Amino acid sequence: MDLQASAASLAGMVRRGEISAEDLIAHTMERIEQTRGLNIFISTNQDAVRQAQEIDRAIKSGERVGRLAGIPVSIKDNICTGGHRTTCASRMLEDYMPPYDATVVRRLRDEGAIIVGKTNMDEFAMGLTTEFSAFGPTLNPLNPQFVPGGSSGGSAASVATSTSAISLGSDTGGSVRNPASFCGVVGFKPTYGMVSRYGLISYANSIEQIGPLGRTVRDVALAMEVISGPDINDDTTIRSAPTRFDAAHGNLDGKRVGLVRQMAPNDLDRGIRGALDGAVSKLESSGAVCEDVSLETVDYSVAAYYTITSTEAGSNLARYDNIRYGYDLDQEGYEFHRYLAKARSRFGPEVKRRIIAGGFVPSSGYAGRYFLKALKVKSRLTREVNDLFRKYDYLISPTVPVLPFRIGERIDDPVALFLVDINTVTANLTGKPAISVPCGESEGLPVGIQMMADSIKDAELLGAATVLEGQP
Amino acid sequence: MIGLEIHCQLTKLNSKLFCTCKADYRGMEPNQNTCPVCMGFPGTLPRLNSDAIRKAAAIAMSLNCPPGERLAFFRKNYFYPDLPKNFQITQFDAFGQTSIGGGGTVQVDGRNIRITRIQLEEDPGRLSYEGGGDGRKTTLIDYNRAGTPLVEIVTEPDFESPQQARSFMNMLADTVENLGVADPYLDGAVRADGNVSVHGGNKVEIKNINSFHDLEKALHFEITRQNSLHDRGIPVAQETRHWDERRRITIPSRTKEAELDYRYFLEADIPWITLDAATISSIRESMPESILARQERYVRQYGMPPQVAGILVSDRFCCDLFERSHTPETAKTIANMITTDFMGMADTREKRTASKIIPEHLAGLAESVLSGKINRTLAKRILYDLARDGGDVRKMVQAASQEGADLEDVVRQVIQENPEAAEQARTNPQTVNYLVGMVMRKTGGGADPQKTIRIIQDALK
Repeated sequence: MDLQASAASLAGMVRRGEISAEDLIAHTMERIEQTRGLNIFISTNQDAVRQAQEIDRAIKSGERVGRLAGIPVSIKDNICTGGHRTTCASRMLEDYMPPYDATVVRRLRDEGAIIVGKTNMDEFAMGLTTEFSAFGPTLNPLNPQFVPGGSSGGSAASVATSTSAISLGSDTGGSVRNPASFCGVVGFKPTYGMVSRYGLISYANSIEQIGPLGRTVRDVALAMEVISGPDINDDTTIRSAPTRFDAAHGNLDGKRVGLVRQMAPNDLDRGIRGALDGAVSKLESSGAVCEDVSLETVDYSVAAYYTITSTEAGSNLARYDNIRYGYDLDQEGYEFHRYLAKARSRFGPEVKRRIIAGGFVPSSGYAGRYFLKALKVKSRLTREVNDLFRKYDYLISPTVPVLPFRIGERIDDPVALFLVDINTVTANLTGKPAISVPCGESEGLPVGIQMMADSIKDAELLGAATVLEGQP
Repeated sequence: MIGLEIHCQLTKLNSKLFCTCKADYRGMEPNQNTCPVCMGFPGTLPRLNSDAIRKAAAIAMSLNCPPGERLAFFRKNYFYPDLPKNFQITQFDAFGQTSIGGGGTVQVDGRNIRITRIQLEEDPGRLSYEGGGDGRKTTLIDYNRAGTPLVEIVTEPDFESPQQARSFMNMLADTVENLGVADPYLDGAVRADGNVSVHGGNKVEIKNINSFHDLEKALHFEITRQNSLHDRGIPVAQETRHWDERRRITIPSRTKEAELDYRYFLEADIPWITLDAATISSIRESMPESILARQERYVRQYGMPPQVAGILVSDRFCCDLFERSHTPETAKTIANMITTDFMGMADTREKRTASKIIPEHLAGLAESVLSGKINRTLAKRILYDLARDGGDVRKMVQAASQEGADLEDVVRQVIQENPEAAEQARTNPQTVNYLVGMVMRKTGGGADPQKTIRIIQDALK
């Protein structure tokens, strides 16, 4: 069985009875066992094969089945799965069992998808290497000495190893696109509000989105068709958003593409430069016109990004006081704040760092210097990007300006690590859709190219991105 | 100087501010009125109850505070066990007016009270403390109230006396009741904290006040306390004090609410709300006539004295009675009957709603008084009987006027025939029984002794 086939073709084969969902899922579970050493999953679904049998039974008896019937899907462990452990890769939620399904999970299940497991990540999605997981790092499937990127590293590695056909990650500053780039798969961050966040455990709720990862742009588009659209449980979902994501091969005649200068500096790795040039020629041969453009505020974007995300993280993670849910720690004999300090000491180092920063940057006396200034950067960046989108249809850059690095290589230098985010945070700070598509490799490591479009143009962006998948 | 910070629950809403649990949690077992959203479970998001926006905007408009065009919610961050998310979703005006209203002025007891701001927010849960036998204390948390919609109203320090503050609270309770947004008589539905400063000294905040009556008492105590410190040259410390209901004094708060930094920032999970002109006018149209407007109308339309109109409009039950019983001709008479007679005999809300009075009673009585069938005194007596037992007003007027006329004639006769006894009864009411006996003899014992006494007393005046 070819587990590497696209989700779209696997779904067709299952529906037509050419392969059974049971076989597909059983093989996938086997594959999960074989790749256990990469530490891709935090937990797996013991009921997956039985659920696949249900699908087969439905197909045999001629019942209508969903578009993803029998398709193995993995879910980042910060997206709630009712009755299945959801940990955020944190000791704080080590045994947390959500009482409900996230909207995206419910929509996947409604279309017959089989959730095979919950993928590893940086604790509470804070990180870009998946090294900050309380359950140990995920290794890059293409070379286990390297990080898979993050924070949705488990999701990207899962798609790359065919331990799932589609995975859902979350993207706060590049957390879907960065690991997609490092693992050689496609990763998509939708327009803010395109996909419901209900059930996504918040880290920086004003800018993050759930996004799909897949082996092809078309699979990502298929996932978007299933998970996107307004949700009564998330007031920030866009009511009038399009629900069709055809991802037909893009005809780019007359389209204008801006190459963001600040995202491809002169000292860019030669392999990455080559991939970018290759992407540009693919776009041009499809009829697009590519030009250099400047986005000056990008230089301040990472600083603004960390200021805003820390502020929101400090607030979003305040609820973990271990009173209403959490882990076993007797409250007897503690005064409230003492208990709080004790219970919250279970957070890992990166989370603590951001909570502390989050208590500081918006505090009175410092907000003007940090948080409010970051908000100004955000609105200026949005203005600049909106200006560019009046002239250009797409913006293009390397997804990550550096090649994947070795495990442990950068973990002790948070500021250097932060700068790896420079090309991805703009889409989050401005709410725009962005995709990373694998476009060649350098030194045996994959290189992803990022394309960004204007708000709500997610479907067009996916269509255009298919151009990058073709041979040069 | 006194300022108030009032919290009014929107108890008449169906659901909490951000989820579908009940807004009125009273009478439920602890932690039954909860769901993943109001318990702050990971991954849940607030889902704004748009009806709460309309109701809060109606309160703002009633207090002459125009609602903001663009509304936003903010997070107030602090750790406390009654807060499921360890932040409260509230409103905040630091970056321009984004709260439901503010900047209005209302008149209370002839004085202008400025409203600083009105905001919509979620109520926290409730804590209760239990002392264990081993000397340990346990904190119990009930989240039934967590997330219920609360309107906060903050005034400028414009009150000159505790009495004015209490009048304001009465006006506010009447207003929210009239709007149908809250039942102010439910326990804890309308609560106020007071801010007191004297002689330009520091401001002291008083919390834990559980009734309007206690508010007046607490403010009195605090003013006296601060004045006596001032007289002795001791500066008043800026602090938060608690009203001790039992000892009837204010005491410094147990927990030092030291310089908390709330780190306010925008609640991004709730998109900005635009209150356009069409929405505002549809809210305005759905609002009942305001208490103040109604009072002015009664004065203008019926020539009612402002005081009578004021008393009448201040009570929802009585005002409804009036609205459903009067005609332009009977308006003044009915207003008087309600405000002097009925409210005198049914002097609490409970007595009023328990009474058997219906609008037809008042209409019938007023007509009878105006047509000269019975006098006001007799009308009052019938009203009393009707309020207690109900009945057919026409028959009672008929019977009473006949009986009353007969009895009054007899009384007049007896007084004429016994001038000495009458004079004696005037100076010594104890001796009235002689006259009663005479009336009884003349009516063959048919007269009601209580009524007879009342008629004799009236005749002797």
